[in-house]
Amino acid sequence: MATVSMTVNGKAVTGTIDPRTLLVQFLRENLRLTGTHVGCDTSQCGACVVHVDGKAIKSCTTLALSLEGASVTTIEGLAVDGSLHPMQEAFREHHGLQCGFCTPGMIMAAVDIVNRRGHALDEQTIREDLDGNICRCTGYHNIVKAIAAGAEAMGGKAKPARQAAE
Amino acid sequence: MSATGIGASVRRKEDHRFITGQGRYTDDINRPGQAHAYFLRSPHAHATINTIDTKAAAKMPGVLGIFTGDDLTADKVGGLICGWMIHNKDGSPMRAGAHPALAQGKVRYVGDHVCVIVAETLAQARDASEAIVVDYSVLPAVVDTASAAKAKTVVHAEAPDNTVFNWHLGNKDETEKAFKAAKHVTKLDIVNNRLVPNPMEPRAAVGDYDQGEGAFTLYTTSQNPHVARLVLSAFIGIAPENKLRVIAPDVGGGFGSKIFIYAEETVCVWVAKKVGRPVKWTSDRSEAFLSDAHGRDHVTHAELATDAEGKITGLRVKTTANLGAYLSTFSSSVPTYLYAPLLSGSYDIPAIYAEVDAVYTNTAPVDAYRGAGRPEATFVVERLVEVAARELGKDPAKFRMQNYIKKFPHQTPVIMMYDAGNYGAAMKKALEIIDYKGVGKRKRDSARNGKLRGIGFSSYIEACGIAPSAAVGSLGAGVGLWESAEVRVNPIGTVEVLTGSHSHGQGHETTFAQLVSDRLGIPIENVSIVHGDTDKVQMGMGTYGSRSGAVGMSAIFRAVDKVIAKGKKVAAYVLEADEADIDFADGHFKVKGTDKALDFGSCALQAYVAHKFNGQDLEPGLKEGAFYDPTNFTFPAGVHICELEIDPATGVTHIERWAAVDDFGNVINPMIVEGQVHGGIAQGVGQALLEGAKYNSDGQLVTASFMDYCMPRAGDLPSFDVGMTVTPCPSNPLGIKGCGEAGAIAAPPAVINAITDALGHEDIAMPATPQAVWRAAQKSLKRMAAE
Amino acid sequence: MYAFTFHRPATARQAAGLLAKKEDAKLLAGGHTLLPTMKQRLASPGALVDLGGCADLKGIERKGRTVVIGAMTTHAEVAASPVVQEAIPGLAYLASHIGDPHVRNRGTIGGSVANNDPAADYPAACLALGATIVTNKRKVGADEFFTGLYETALEEGEIITKIVFPLASKAAYAKFRNPASRYALVGVFVAKRGSDVRVAVTGAGEGGVFRWPEAEAALKTRFAAKSLDGLKASAKGINADMHADAEYRAHLIGVMAKEAVARATGK
Repeated sequence: MATVSMTVNGKAVTGTIDPRTLLVQFLRENLRLTGTHVGCDTSQCGACVVHVDGKAIKSCTTLALSLEGASVTTIEGLAVDGSLHPMQEAFREHHGLQCGFCTPGMIMAAVDIVNRRGHALDEQTIREDLDGNICRCTGYHNIVKAIAAGAEAMGGKAKPARQAAE
Repeated sequence: MSATGIGASVRRKEDHRFITGQGRYTDDINRPGQAHAYFLRSPHAHATINTIDTKAAAKMPGVLGIFTGDDLTADKVGGLICGWMIHNKDGSPMRAGAHPALAQGKVRYVGDHVCVIVAETLAQARDASEAIVVDYSVLPAVVDTASAAKAKTVVHAEAPDNTVFNWHLGNKDETEKAFKAAKHVTKLDIVNNRLVPNPMEPRAAVGDYDQGEGAFTLYTTSQNPHVARLVLSAFIGIAPENKLRVIAPDVGGGFGSKIFIYAEETVCVWVAKKVGRPVKWTSDRSEAFLSDAHGRDHVTHAELATDAEGKITGLRVKTTANLGAYLSTFSSSVPTYLYAPLLSGSYDIPAIYAEVDAVYTNTAPVDAYRGAGRPEATFVVERLVEVAARELGKDPAKFRMQNYIKKFPHQTPVIMMYDAGNYGAAMKKALEIIDYKGVGKRKRDSARNGKLRGIGFSSYIEACGIAPSAAVGSLGAGVGLWESAEVRVNPIGTVEVLTGSHSHGQGHETTFAQLVSDRLGIPIENVSIVHGDTDKVQMGMGTYGSRSGAVGMSAIFRAVDKVIAKGKKVAAYVLEADEADIDFADGHFKVKGTDKALDFGSCALQAYVAHKFNGQDLEPGLKEGAFYDPTNFTFPAGVHICELEIDPATGVTHIERWAAVDDFGNVINPMIVEGQVHGGIAQGVGQALLEGAKYNSDGQLVTASFMDYCMPRAGDLPSFDVGMTVTPCPSNPLGIKGCGEAGAIAAPPAVINAITDALGHEDIAMPATPQAVWRAAQKSLKRMAAE
Repeated sequence: MYAFTFHRPATARQAAGLLAKKEDAKLLAGGHTLLPTMKQRLASPGALVDLGGCADLKGIERKGRTVVIGAMTTHAEVAASPVVQEAIPGLAYLASHIGDPHVRNRGTIGGSVANNDPAADYPAACLALGATIVTNKRKVGADEFFTGLYETALEEGEIITKIVFPLASKAAYAKFRNPASRYALVGVFVAKRGSDVRVAVTGAGEGGVFRWPEAEAALKTRFAAKSLDGLKASAKGINADMHADAEYRAHLIGVMAKEAVARATGK
């Protein structure tokens, strides 16, 4: 057994774990943060995507011990003070989910796309950047719409103020 | 229409928990003291088990128990069942071998369950599995669908020629006559490729046993927890129904694959009692590939007869269907009654004859996967019709319209009585959406860029909303296919709706609430949908075959009728009026011709306080239930058109446009319905271009992970243009037909028809991978150059 | 996974020490090949030495006529690096097309080169650009480094510390992805340095990454996509699997080579 400490969704956590423990297992089993899912065992489906130090990674292919001192954000940490993140809101508004299983990874991947590519995303960019996330329900049509809208909304913090001024 | 009523695109009530990571799936559930199960699976496709030595493994750290097929026998736990009896042409029953949950003397496919190890942790269970010594005598494997009946190896002694049944439907003599008289006959050999359903949530089960109560609880990834309980109780014999609770919480997609009662959940609930601990099993994706029921896998020869005017006069089909190593829960119905009755398509075909041989092979069981039989039928019909139009030099859209059924009801020669439809309207709308007139120019533009452009049609019909119990009973089903609902009105007017349907992505918590809120005139927030727990919902038949709307919601509709009727009685007392003078509208019970009214919430309260009426004359309370048995299947239909471009240098196919016009009858929530269409098309495109499960000749699954089995990704698909036409269904009170499978049924022939159009009619098999398309393109370019 | 002990050194030197000391020790870089293999119980190292904490193995710098990339630099960092984008844009492009965005945030150049997966992208860039693989013990030229399927010149206890890429006047990569796995079904990196032209092919060779001499000769005459017209790679020694047979792969080598040259020449 070994000890690991990291920050998860803004909270300092420490766990005594078997070195084999993957980040996703640490999140789901030790911290009971079950929003992060496991959909495959070959690092492809992206249901397990979380952010580590601000970057999207596959938590099924990372050992928890490798993340000593890291800052991890999961789907549970995206909404702040009970108000939904704009990307979460966009997924609901645009029906970007059906069974909901891929959704946490999909939303975390979507926020990462915006972090990397900004707020004006065209369809092709979104589709290419979703390469690491598989959805079996939606055919992606509404996920793509949701991400475009969510990206715009994420950039829109200044917008309501400007609209108010006008 | 109100903002949340029938016909409104209400945002989904269930989404909040999913987008915040608060969904509760089976693997999220952990019971106190929970142990973990690991299944030792056969590495061989076909072998006799001589011995299983578990002695060393049993002593390993953390091991609580190792159980084999012998333990099942000792505990009188029965085998898994197939719930649909098919009869051979000569009237004799199908020949089915036993299907034990853990192998008994033989393994019949790679992934077959040899034994289960229960340990404190999953790692310990897996470690112990490696210490188990199984002595196998490996036998030759039967793998190929087309030749299985001629193989020397026998999968089950009960079926000596590996043939489970040879079945037929239609009128052989009439069909022979039609072909003799035909001006032209179109012939095709078709392989409907084998698919792995792959819902993103792998299957999982947690079995729990309460020693005090002598009762079991099974949490499982099921589309139909009540059917699971029925089978586990009545056939497998785990426990009587009153001592077995099955809970299917949030389920991450099913597409058919979670209908069935599998070995793993059976074993989990059984061993929970044996080890005296809750036992969890969660499939990893590799296990899912091996052991989830697969879909499709047909080999077919089909012929279409036409007369001098281009009228279709006959269709004959000979299909071999691979059912895998064991008969899964509904496997026998898929290539028979869910397949051949759809062979008339949208067309007026006077004579049809279909023969289906179903074979055992040493591959995973094959059962229903999104569409189940209907995609296979549609592929046969729509490929034949497309090729016939080309051979006859007719425009494929016009040829279809010429042969459409135009009068309803229409009795086909293969059981079905189509109740309503307007296929021409869908075709016209789809042609407009795709800009059919502009396709010639677009093809020329593509050619200038060195690309090949093609357009392909699919004018599908399906039978869903399954189905009248008496009808399916007469066809061999072991169960009735009604649905149940209970509407519980609380004293202040909020409502719980209990349904036997199960939602695993379809949005029932929203659509069902829309219906109830609309009809009772109460806010949608005041309606909760309860499903997926046999302790809460008394009985139900579950969700598959696009039946939850047409059947499940009709049951709710009927229960709401009863609530309103009872409410009228209560209101009559409260408003001191004659019951016959009470109207219910907009959430109010009103006395005709007066301004006296009672809102729904107040009526509910009055029903429970029971102050205004004599409890002997009228029972207090407001709670009503209904079982709804439909009068017919429903017949959604529509036209999908795919336009795509092929790069002949690489064989890469890029879908440029997709027009889908579907007739689902009345629609409750268009946003959700369109979402179902998108998802269905994606799976259909997956079948046509990307997906195909392949076994090698030893029976090893070579496409056993997402590394080799190609799942459609966002970049593989376009956005879709979805339109609708509405011909209300006359067979249920809501006039709805069902939308869950349409896309998966419609899409494959549209894609393949488009590819073969682009390739100048060069035929191609599914999946049309870049390599296959490149090779076909080389042939077709050579031929075109020669011409 | 089987049990192992876990070690997280802070420097490459400490890592080398651990690697020598621990029985059955394996280096863990980004882990995107090793961990899935261990999950399937196909590898069972007794100890993992995680290089993620070794700051001295990270970073990208321009040094004269070369770009030097630390072994633990992620694909995403290479792709986004202004230094790489300016000096060898083809290399940044290659990095930006490995796996998927999440994989690129963990996967490293050192891990990829050390693993020498026959379908990995970086080996093609190393070979075509004539990179030098620097270890804690020595420097090895790419020509000598990649020795076969999953085989390299690395010896026991040797750790890749950085990779030195000479600048090229023209360089580009084109890849035909395996539709399922997203690895290279065929990837071709072309590079022109002075009069030297190299064409390196990954994904296709039975023995891993290889050079295509006929294409190099044709491109030496004139570095243009047209020079490859009519040139066919031989299907001999080419991989065949369920996704692509040797004939199709060989064909794709030609198509991808042309595409890479077109990209390199801005056409």
